[in-house]
Amino acid sequence: MASSTGTPATRRLGVVVIAMLATLAMCGLWFSSEDVVQGSTVRIMYVHVPSIWTAYIAFGVTALCSAVYLTGKNRSLAWDRVAGASGEIGVLFVAVSLVTGSMWGRLTWGTYWVWDARLTSTAFLFITYIGYLAVRRLGGTHRQRARRSSVLALLAVLEIPLVHFSVVVWRSLHQEATVANPNAKVELDGLMLFSLFLGLFAFTLLFVWLVLHRQRTLMLEDAFADRGLDAAIVARHKEAEASS
Amino acid sequence: MSAVRRRRAIALAVARKDLSIEWNSRVLVNQVAPFASIIMVMFAFALDNDGILQRVAPGLVWLATMFSMLVVIQRTFAVESADGALDALRVAGIDPGSIFVGKSMALAVQLFALEALLVAMAVVLYGVEMSVLGLCEAIVTMVVATIGLACVGTLYGGLAAGARGRETLLPLLLLPVVAPVLIGATRATEAAFGSAGTAVSEGWPWIGLLAVFAVLFGAVGTVAFGPLIDE
Amino acid sequence: MDSVIELKGVVAVLGNFPALAGVDLSVERGEIVLLQGPNGAGKTSILRVCAGLMPIERGSGHVLGIDLTTNREAIRSRVGLLGHTNGLYLDLTVKQNIMFWAATVNATRAEVDAAMATMRVDKRLASVQASQLSAGQRRRCALASLIVRRAEVWLLDEPHAGLDAQGRDELDDLLRAAVSAGATVMLASHESERATGLATRIVTIDGGGAR
Repeated sequence: MASSTGTPATRRLGVVVIAMLATLAMCGLWFSSEDVVQGSTVRIMYVHVPSIWTAYIAFGVTALCSAVYLTGKNRSLAWDRVAGASGEIGVLFVAVSLVTGSMWGRLTWGTYWVWDARLTSTAFLFITYIGYLAVRRLGGTHRQRARRSSVLALLAVLEIPLVHFSVVVWRSLHQEATVANPNAKVELDGLMLFSLFLGLFAFTLLFVWLVLHRQRTLMLEDAFADRGLDAAIVARHKEAEASS
Repeated sequence: MSAVRRRRAIALAVARKDLSIEWNSRVLVNQVAPFASIIMVMFAFALDNDGILQRVAPGLVWLATMFSMLVVIQRTFAVESADGALDALRVAGIDPGSIFVGKSMALAVQLFALEALLVAMAVVLYGVEMSVLGLCEAIVTMVVATIGLACVGTLYGGLAAGARGRETLLPLLLLPVVAPVLIGATRATEAAFGSAGTAVSEGWPWIGLLAVFAVLFGAVGTVAFGPLIDE
Repeated sequence: MDSVIELKGVVAVLGNFPALAGVDLSVERGEIVLLQGPNGAGKTSILRVCAGLMPIERGSGHVLGIDLTTNREAIRSRVGLLGHTNGLYLDLTVKQNIMFWAATVNATRAEVDAAMATMRVDKRLASVQASQLSAGQRRRCALASLIVRRAEVWLLDEPHAGLDAQGRDELDDLLRAAVSAGATVMLASHESERATGLATRIVTIDGGGAR
């Protein structure tokens, strides 16, 4: 059995990701200029926007893999593991974007939280996928876990747009001043734009890297559980022989 | 007997069975309804202001509905697992979609009764006043919202029940999903109650949202319930 | 002879525990097979696998010609499993429970009456809530539901438990009658001296396997 979850390819990917993140840190914190209005706080954007972007990709991957698992002919558990790994990493990135977002909010709006539609539905996204991860941990066989969580992941695809839509209408009908999209306020010059896109790219690759490792860890966990099963079968045969 | 008629017969049998259980045991009347009532009284303690209470009455009615709903759903699946009855239904190869529809119907009837009680309490305790048109709108809101809640509740209740004794999971899974119902039903009820000067006509678009929710989860639940309760 | 149940090297798991560790078993139509063995040997799991409730992790299994590894849901409407639980709604009366099952399979009133008569559910007992019943009465009520459902293969887990002497004889008579009407019965029991008189064949189970 493999002693690590890495392969030469993932190691190369890892080096690239780390190099890109280092470049992003340099560009974001050092080379890029301050915003005219927001000053240095604009630099949070280089983490905040890429992390929510990555979270959306992650949940998209979770839904896609769940659909493939449920509709595929051979029902390979690999799809379920990728869905699970992607869900975990998605939750992580939503958390990052919520934390960075509320820090940014405190600095620019003077408050940690506003009942902005996007913020509110992001919070729901977070809770929904925490529930998804809880269901994955319910136990039972691998197949039970896979079926239950795939169905739930697809239900989330239905739920999220509904929640988002209702929250949007909720805010707009109240006709309170919608908080201006902070990104829109920012006049992005060339280097800032470059940093932002570098961030998106680097975080996407980081996501791929993490998912590759995490799904392999999950595969090893499943394999370990199965190996336990083999040993237990042998033990039961012995138990039968002993009592005969 | 055609497949459709057969499914309808099963759904009706399941719904009738769940309502007979309630009729025999009176858990909704003797336990859940008092619980829902005490929530309404506790809101008054917490908010402690007649004006505010009247203003937020619609939201409180629906919040109390959501909390009581969790209890009702736990109960409706507890009777299934007490002596392995849901297992028995599954072993018998009874179409899970029909079980879903039947249980949703029974749950909807019970929730509707609860909501009627809560609205009546809002009128009595919080001093809500309604026009005839407003009352009609409140009733339509309750019907449509209840169908959506019952479908979602049965769907996620089945998931939590299939997991044996993981009832603590139900609120975590269910409350985020029913957020659109809380928003839509509260706004529609505000219009019906005329809270904060809202006109009755402002409620109907929200009822549209509730209807979309009910139709979507009714359709999806019929398909998804089977895989969720299966082992 | 056509075999009704055919298991080959079946492994089935409960969580991570191999409840069945390679079971080979063949049952033919009209048999009354007794699965015998200590508690935890895997008798219940064999019944659950045959009922299409427990997935087969490894090996192969067929019941009434239906492949359990690929299509286990299809077998469910044709077998009747009575486990440690009776599948009753405790807040309903005996009659309401049986009528519920009758409604799900569109059974006639005559079938319901016949089933209740066979299990000696009289008018008085029929109106009692299931939660008030003794264990034996619950079992009779559950068996009546099985008859109403017209199950072809009866999978019974400790069916004699909780029945009084008369009830046990009655059950034996009923099972023999069901078999002569074309049903096949597989029952699990550790009370061997009781069930051996009834069974046409005895299979000993231990350590998750048949011997």
